[in-house]
Amino acid sequence: MGITITEAAAQRVQNFLANRGKGIGIRLGVRTSGCSGMAYEMEFVDEIHEDDQVFEARGVKVIIDEKSLVYLDGTEVDYAREGLNEGFKFNNPNASGECGCGESFTV
Amino acid sequence: MALLQIAEPGQAQAPHQHRLSAGIDLGTTNSLVATVRSGQAETLPDQQGRHLLPSVVRYLQSGIQVGHEAKQSEVDDPLNTISSAKRLIGRGVDDIKTLGSQLPYHFVDQQSSVPRIKTEAGDISPVEVSAEVLRQLSERAEGTLGGPLEGVVITVPAYFDEAQRQATKDAAKLAGLHVLRLLNEPTAAAVAYGLDKGAEGVHAIYDLGGGTFDISILRLNKGVFEVLATGGDSALGGDDFDRCVAEWIMQQAGLDENVSHGMVKRLMHAACQAKEALTQAEQTEIEVAIDPDNSWQGSLSREQFNTLVNPLVTKSLMACRRTLRDSGVSVDEVQEVVMVGGSTRVPRVREKVGELFNTEPLVDIDPDRVVAVGAAIQADILVGNKPGDEMLLLDVIPLSLGIETMGGLSEKLISRNTTIPVARAQEFTTFKDGQSAIAIHVVQGERELVADCRSLARFELRGIPSMVAGAARIRVTFAVDADGLLSVSAIETSSGVQANIEVKPSYGLTDQEIETMLRDSIAHADEDKQARSLREQQVEAERVIEALQAALAEDGERLLDAAERQQVDVALETLRSVSKEGDQAQIKNQIAELEKSCGFYVERRMNQSIQQAMSGHSVDEFDK
Repeated sequence: MGITITEAAAQRVQNFLANRGKGIGIRLGVRTSGCSGMAYEMEFVDEIHEDDQVFEARGVKVIIDEKSLVYLDGTEVDYAREGLNEGFKFNNPNASGECGCGESFTV
Repeated sequence: MALLQIAEPGQAQAPHQHRLSAGIDLGTTNSLVATVRSGQAETLPDQQGRHLLPSVVRYLQSGIQVGHEAKQSEVDDPLNTISSAKRLIGRGVDDIKTLGSQLPYHFVDQQSSVPRIKTEAGDISPVEVSAEVLRQLSERAEGTLGGPLEGVVITVPAYFDEAQRQATKDAAKLAGLHVLRLLNEPTAAAVAYGLDKGAEGVHAIYDLGGGTFDISILRLNKGVFEVLATGGDSALGGDDFDRCVAEWIMQQAGLDENVSHGMVKRLMHAACQAKEALTQAEQTEIEVAIDPDNSWQGSLSREQFNTLVNPLVTKSLMACRRTLRDSGVSVDEVQEVVMVGGSTRVPRVREKVGELFNTEPLVDIDPDRVVAVGAAIQADILVGNKPGDEMLLLDVIPLSLGIETMGGLSEKLISRNTTIPVARAQEFTTFKDGQSAIAIHVVQGERELVADCRSLARFELRGIPSMVAGAARIRVTFAVDADGLLSVSAIETSSGVQANIEVKPSYGLTDQEIETMLRDSIAHADEDKQARSLREQQVEAERVIEALQAALAEDGERLLDAAERQQVDVALETLRSVSKEGDQAQIKNQIAELEKSCGFYVERRMNQSIQQAMSGHSVDEFDK
């Protein structure tokens, strides 16, 4: 298993990193909060921690800590456009339900 | 699921806690909205992918059109299509009399201090027009970000005065927006390039838009951008470049000046296209239809184009030099030059500006969007999406704020370039015995005489208990909030009576006048100083006359015989007329003269009051 990333998402991440001027890759994470229990997080990474797992897909380093990986294993990261809005989308096979706004999920 | 953005390390926020914010460049011709997402500030396009929103609103009985749709009706329906709200906002009816003659609108003749434009959908104020533009942009931002905006930063020209800033803020309120801060346009451009994070120093912001040219000299000092000077030309811009090329085409095509309105439009359009093509290309082909059967074809080289527009570029450079002189810094001190406005894409402009300032101008950020981008960065910080140690950019007051004192003099409470927010207080007193009210006249400007400053507001403090002149203690406090908006309060400290006011749009000055205010204050410094000391002397003379008259009314009959009374009256009259003539030294002499000639009377009054105090007591009592 692991994490996969679509071409559109990979290109976006590379653009963002290039514009930012520094950073190794992106960190995906899960934290317990939000109206459905868990919430996704996405951050730039400047340093890799001990308990991190590093996946490389389409030239992009995706970094996840072990605890979050449990909930995210098998997830595909996509970049999507919805109306005026655009951003990253997680296709997570582990998630069984989402809150109405979609910002948090349950396993 | 919701779409995610990438956060800085350690700053990912819990769901439903994203604080959404936007920066808005509310322009004269076009407006833009930008926001920070995934660490980057970007302007936001509409559904059709257009970033610029024309600042045009059309008022119809059936509803309101904003932007592109409204702009199309500008020619066919000029009376209901309002496109210059920024030129009118915060102005009074008096300004409109001069400005209005250049605009096609029907202004409503009414007593209110805010001008209103007659349209099919009712009478509209410039504030309402700007509010529609802001609402459109905020809806675009909310649609893009997927939630309501916590707050916005709106940019305004550096030379906007209090009334124009307040009116802009009112427009935002009307659009349902929370304004985090109004930011000066040149400051926003500097922020977009991160100059606020760089070393302290002087920067120039060269802003050549479609119809106006602004140059601002900023100094970054302890994290604060001071506006050292602003200047420019309110009738110089990209349209003039197009006109130059259009005239050249007419010459080449052998057209005389009497061409049709439609032909002029086609010529301007072709000229604009040629100008844009020459930004990249060394040569471009031009084709203009002259009549249904004929068209003119020709080619224009970059070199020819440069020759055509050279006089315009030189004109802007002259304004730069003038403004530099006003700011008191030399060309060598300018570290960075930021290019703003679509017309700075013209290679000749970049080249010449680079030559003048002896540095490569900053052009990496789209010059049409750079102001909005800077505003978005500020908004992101102010709304609380950055950690606390991030430097919070401060702004300064562009023109000094003060109140009118006796003799029509301006007493400055807050001097220009003071960082905001700020509050300053000063004590004033009464001029006459038993004075029960004091008029507070708030003015803005650098000049010594109130007549040369801009009047912002007037209010009265009433109910001052009866006291002799100079005994009342009236504390006047000026407070300017982070948006540069002013509130003034006055309190008589012994009795506690108080009054206050917030500066609202009333009446004011034209663009040109505001811009020249700073320049005038330097040019007239000596003259002003003299005028000030003359007025001060005149006030002193008035005070002496006032005091003497009060004394005469009280005991003149008793203490003076007819001849003496006449002597005093003559001296009084002489001082009065000398004071009117306006020679400072003479007034001073005459005051001394009067004190001498009336000395006996003053002495007599003193003796009398001592006698009164002692009567009924024995001398022994006073010895103890």
